[in-house]
Amino acid sequence: MTAHLPALQVLVPLGCAPLCLLLRRFRTVTWLVFLLAALSSLACAVLLATRVDDGPLHYEMGGWPAPYGIEFVVAGFNTPVLLVVSVVAVVAAVYARRSVGDEVDDRRAPLVYTCLCLTLTGLLGLTVTGDVFNAFVFLEISSLSTYALIAMGRRRRALLASFRYLVIGTVGATFVLIGIGFAYAVTGTLNMADLADRLTDLDGNRALYAAVVFVFVGLAVKMAVFPLHAWLPAAYGEAPSAVSTFLAAASTKVAIYVFCRFAFTVFGAGLVFTTMPVGEVGLLLAALAMLVGSAAACFQRDLKYLLAWSSVAQIGYIVAGISLATAAGVSAGYLHVINHAVIKGALFGAAGLLVLRLGSARLDDLAGLGRRMPWTFAAIVVTGLGLVGVPPTAGFASKWALVSALLDAGAWPVLVAVLASSLLALVYVGRIVEAAWFRDPPADLPADQPRAPVSMVAAVWALVLLSVYFGIDASLPGGLADAAAAALLGTGGA
Amino acid sequence: MTNPALVLMLGAVGVPLLRGWPRRVLLAALPIAALVVLWLLPEGTAGSFGFLGLELTPLRVDALSRVFATGFLVAALLTSVYAMHLRDSLQQAVILVYAGTAVGGALAGDLITLFVFWELAGLSSAFLIWAGRTERSHRAAMRYLVAQVTSGLLMLAGIVWRVHAGEGIEFGYLGLDGPGGVLILLAIGIKCAFPLLHAWLTDTYPEATIVGTVALSAFTTKFAVYTLARGFPGTEALVWIGAAMTVFPIFYAVIENDLRRVLAYSMINQLGFMVAGVGIGGALGVNGASAHAVADMVFKGLLMMAMGAVLLRTGTAKGSELGGLYKSMPQTTVLCMVGAASISAFPLFSGFATKSIILEAVAADHRTVVWLLLLFASAGVFHHAGIKIPFFAFFAHDRGYRVAEAPLNMRVAMALGALVCVGIGVAPDLLYGILPYAMDYEPYTTAHVVNQLQLLLLASLAFTVLIRTGLYPPEIRSVNLDVDVLYRRALPAGWHALSRRTSRLGDRFGPPLRRRTARLWAVGTAPLRPEGRLATSWSTHLMVWWVALLLGAVLLVTLLR
Repeated sequence: MTAHLPALQVLVPLGCAPLCLLLRRFRTVTWLVFLLAALSSLACAVLLATRVDDGPLHYEMGGWPAPYGIEFVVAGFNTPVLLVVSVVAVVAAVYARRSVGDEVDDRRAPLVYTCLCLTLTGLLGLTVTGDVFNAFVFLEISSLSTYALIAMGRRRRALLASFRYLVIGTVGATFVLIGIGFAYAVTGTLNMADLADRLTDLDGNRALYAAVVFVFVGLAVKMAVFPLHAWLPAAYGEAPSAVSTFLAAASTKVAIYVFCRFAFTVFGAGLVFTTMPVGEVGLLLAALAMLVGSAAACFQRDLKYLLAWSSVAQIGYIVAGISLATAAGVSAGYLHVINHAVIKGALFGAAGLLVLRLGSARLDDLAGLGRRMPWTFAAIVVTGLGLVGVPPTAGFASKWALVSALLDAGAWPVLVAVLASSLLALVYVGRIVEAAWFRDPPADLPADQPRAPVSMVAAVWALVLLSVYFGIDASLPGGLADAAAAALLGTGGA
Repeated sequence: MTNPALVLMLGAVGVPLLRGWPRRVLLAALPIAALVVLWLLPEGTAGSFGFLGLELTPLRVDALSRVFATGFLVAALLTSVYAMHLRDSLQQAVILVYAGTAVGGALAGDLITLFVFWELAGLSSAFLIWAGRTERSHRAAMRYLVAQVTSGLLMLAGIVWRVHAGEGIEFGYLGLDGPGGVLILLAIGIKCAFPLLHAWLTDTYPEATIVGTVALSAFTTKFAVYTLARGFPGTEALVWIGAAMTVFPIFYAVIENDLRRVLAYSMINQLGFMVAGVGIGGALGVNGASAHAVADMVFKGLLMMAMGAVLLRTGTAKGSELGGLYKSMPQTTVLCMVGAASISAFPLFSGFATKSIILEAVAADHRTVVWLLLLFASAGVFHHAGIKIPFFAFFAHDRGYRVAEAPLNMRVAMALGALVCVGIGVAPDLLYGILPYAMDYEPYTTAHVVNQLQLLLLASLAFTVLIRTGLYPPEIRSVNLDVDVLYRRALPAGWHALSRRTSRLGDRFGPPLRRRTARLWAVGTAPLRPEGRLATSWSTHLMVWWVALLLGAVLLVTLLR
C-alpha cells in the first residue's frame, strides 16, 4: 500500500471528481467527498515528506520501466509544494461549505466541488510527475477546471474574467506543449531524467533554445509574471471566495515549481541561466512586477482585486529569488512560496467573510467595520503585516532570506525594487486598516447582521496562526526550502 | 530573566479589558513593575537563541542601557498617569506598548532585536497620531509612518550590509567607517531629527492627541540618541551636526505661533546637545548625552503636559489666542515654570546639572567655535522655551479664559515630573551615580553657576530692555509677529533678506509647482487606477500581444548572444 503513495496522491482526488458529479443530488455529501479527497492528499503528502530524506522516490506507473512508461518522482524539491497544496486544499474545503453555499447557486455547488477535486488532481499531478508530456496533461486538467471554477463567481463579470483567462491560459499551455515538442524532437524522450541526460550532449542546438523559451514563456503566463499577469486580478477578484482562497494560495505556486523543475532538473541551470538569459530576464520582470503590482494594489477599490494585485508583486519576489539560480536564492523563493501561500490564503479567506456579510468587498463598504468584525480584521492586519514583511511575521523571514540572497548575488537594483515594493505594501495594507478603523460606519448599516460561520473563521485563523508560527519559528519552512534548493541544484548541476 | 519591555507590552493587553479604577491602577503599576524588574536584573546578557543562523541576544543589561531604560520607564510612568483620565483605552494601551518598544530597544543586545523594536516603535506610536480620528491627523500619521518606515528600511539595509561583510549582528560600536555604518547613521538621523531630516518631527508631533504628543516627545528621539551613543560615540561629524541642530530650530521656534510646535523645535535643539555630546565621545561626552537625554524626557514631557492641559481646557495652543491663564490654572502655571526653568538650565533644576556636562566635555576638547554655538543655543532656549511658553500661555494679555484647573491626574503627573526635575537639579549625584562611566565632575562650582547666571540674566535683561524701550508692543495679538521681527533684526541682515526672498520665490513658484505636481501625480498614477490602462482588465488580444512580444524578445536575445 505505502509503495503506491505517489500514485494515490493523485488518484484519490481524481476518483473523487466523478463521484461528486454522480452524487450531485446530495450537496453535503459532495462537500464531504472533496474534504476527504483533500484530507487523503494531505495524509499522502505528509507520509511522502517523511520518506524522502533517504533519497528520491521513483514510482513507475503501471509497472512500465522509466524512460518508456510514465514515472512519478517525489524528492526534496516537490514535497514542500505537495504539502502547501494539500494543506491549503484542506483549509479551503473546511471554508468552502458555508462560503460556496452562500455565493454559488445550490444546483451548481456540486459542480464547484467536482472542479475543485479536478484542480487538486491537476496541481498534485503536475507536482509529482516525472514526465514532461504528462506534466502538460495535468497542466491542462488543472487549467480547464480552474476556468470553470472562476466562471461560477457571483457576478456576470466572472464569465468575462474566466473567458480571458481561458484564452491566454490556453496560449500559455500551447507554448509549453510546443516547447516540449521541440525537446522531444531533438532528444526523442519525454522522461525528465532521461531528457536531462540526453541534453548534455547537445551544445548550441537552436531548436533546444526555442524549446526553453517556449516552455518558460508558457509557464510565465501560468505563474502570472508581469507583463503576462493580466488575467490574474480579474480571475481572483471574481471567483467565488473559496475558489480564490485555494487558487491564490496554490495554483501559481505550482506553476513556479514546474518552472524550477524544468530549469534545474530538465534543461539544466548551465543552459538556462548561463548560456541563455532567462535569469536576467526573470530578474527584470520580477523587479517590474514588484513595483507595478504593489503600485496598482494601492489604487484598487475592491479588497479582492487589491489582494490579487499584491499577489502579482509577491510572485515577483519569488521569481527574483529563483532567477538568481543560487542555493540561497532558490531557497528564498521556496520559502516565500510557502509563506505567501499561507498568508494570501488567509487574506482571501478573510475577504470572503466580508463578502458573506456585506455582499461585496469594496473598500468603501468596509468603513468602520473594524469594531464590528474584530476577528476578521485582526486576521487581515496580522497577515497584511506579513505582506509588508514586518518582523516577526512569516513575510519577514522570507523577505530577509530574499534580501540576503540578492545581496550575495550583488543584484542591487532588484534589492531597491524589493524595498520600494515593501513601502508600497505598507500603503495598501494601511488603506485597509484606515477604512476599517478610522472611518465612520455608514449610518444606515443594519444592526443585526448574521454572524460569520464558525467553520469559515476557524479556517481563516488556522492559516493566520500558521503564518505567525512560521514567522516566529522558521525552521520548518526554512528546512523544507533548503532541502528543495539542495535537491534542485544538486541534481541539475551546471 | 524577564525582559522589562515584555512586562509593559504584555501588560498593555490587559488595559482594554479593565475599566475604572482597576485600569488606572494597572496603568501606574506596569511601569513601576518594569522598573523593579529592570533593577533586579544582573548586568550581562541573557536568553540568546539562534534565528536563521544568527545568534540573537534580546536582553543585554549594562550601565548605558540601564540608564536609558530607567529614563524611559520613568517617562512611561508619568505619561500613563497623565493619560488616566481618558476613556479611550486604545491610547492608553498604545502608550505602554510604545514605551515597551523603547525599553526593549535600549536593552537589545543585537542589531536584529534592535531593528524589530525600532520598527515597532514607529508603528505603535503612529496610533497616537491616528487616535485624533480626523482627516488631518490621519494624513499626519501617514507622513509620520513613511518617515519611520524609511528609517527602518535604511537600518535593515545597513544591518544586512554588515552581516554580508561578515561583521556579525552584535550591537556594539558601529562607526561611520564600518560596513553599513552610513546607512545605519542615516536611519538614526531620521529618528533623531538631524538637520534636513527633521521635518517629520515638527510637522507631525503637534498633530497627535494631547496625551499622544507627551508620549511621542519622550521615546522615539531618545531611543535614537541611545542608538547613537552605543554605535557612534566620538564620531567627528556628529559634533557639527549636533551644533547645527542646537542653532537652527531657534529661528523657527521664535516665529512659530503653535506653542506645542515651539516645543517640538526646542526638542530638536535639546537633541542637538545630546548629539554633540555623543560626537565628542569619551566618558564626559557620553555621560553628558545620557544624562541630558534622561533629564530631557522628563522636562520636555512636563512642558508638553502643561501645554496639553492648556489645550484640553481652552481648546487651543496658539500663542496669539492664549494669555492670562495663571488666574484660572495656577498650579499648572507653577509646574510649567519648573519645566521651563529646567530646560533653560537654571541652577537647582535638572537641565543645569546635565547640560553643563556636555558643555564641559566640549570645553575640555578645546572646541571654541562649537562651545560658543552651544552657548548661543542655550540663550536661545531660554528665550523661546523659558520665556515665550509660560509668558504667552499664562501671562501676557488676559484673554478672558475662565477655565477649570487641569484634571487631577494631569496635575499629579506634572507634579511628579517637576519633582524629578528639581530632584536631579538639587541632588545631581543621584543621576550621576547610574551613568555609564565614572567621572569626576562637580556641577555646582562657582564658575559654572556664575557663568550660567550671567547668561540667563543678560538674556532676561535683553528681554526687559526691549519692553522698556517700547520695542515690545503692548497689543498682544501682534506680539507674536513682532517678537519674530525682533529676533530677525537681531540676526544677521542676510538672514532677513534671504528669508524674504525665499518666501517671495515660494509664492511665485509654489502654487504653479504644486498644481503641476498634482497634475503630474494624476497623469502618472492614472494607468494604475482600477480603470487605468495598466490595471484595468486587459483584452485578450493585448494579453496575447504581450506573450508574443516576450517570446520574440527572449528568443532574439538568446539567439543574438
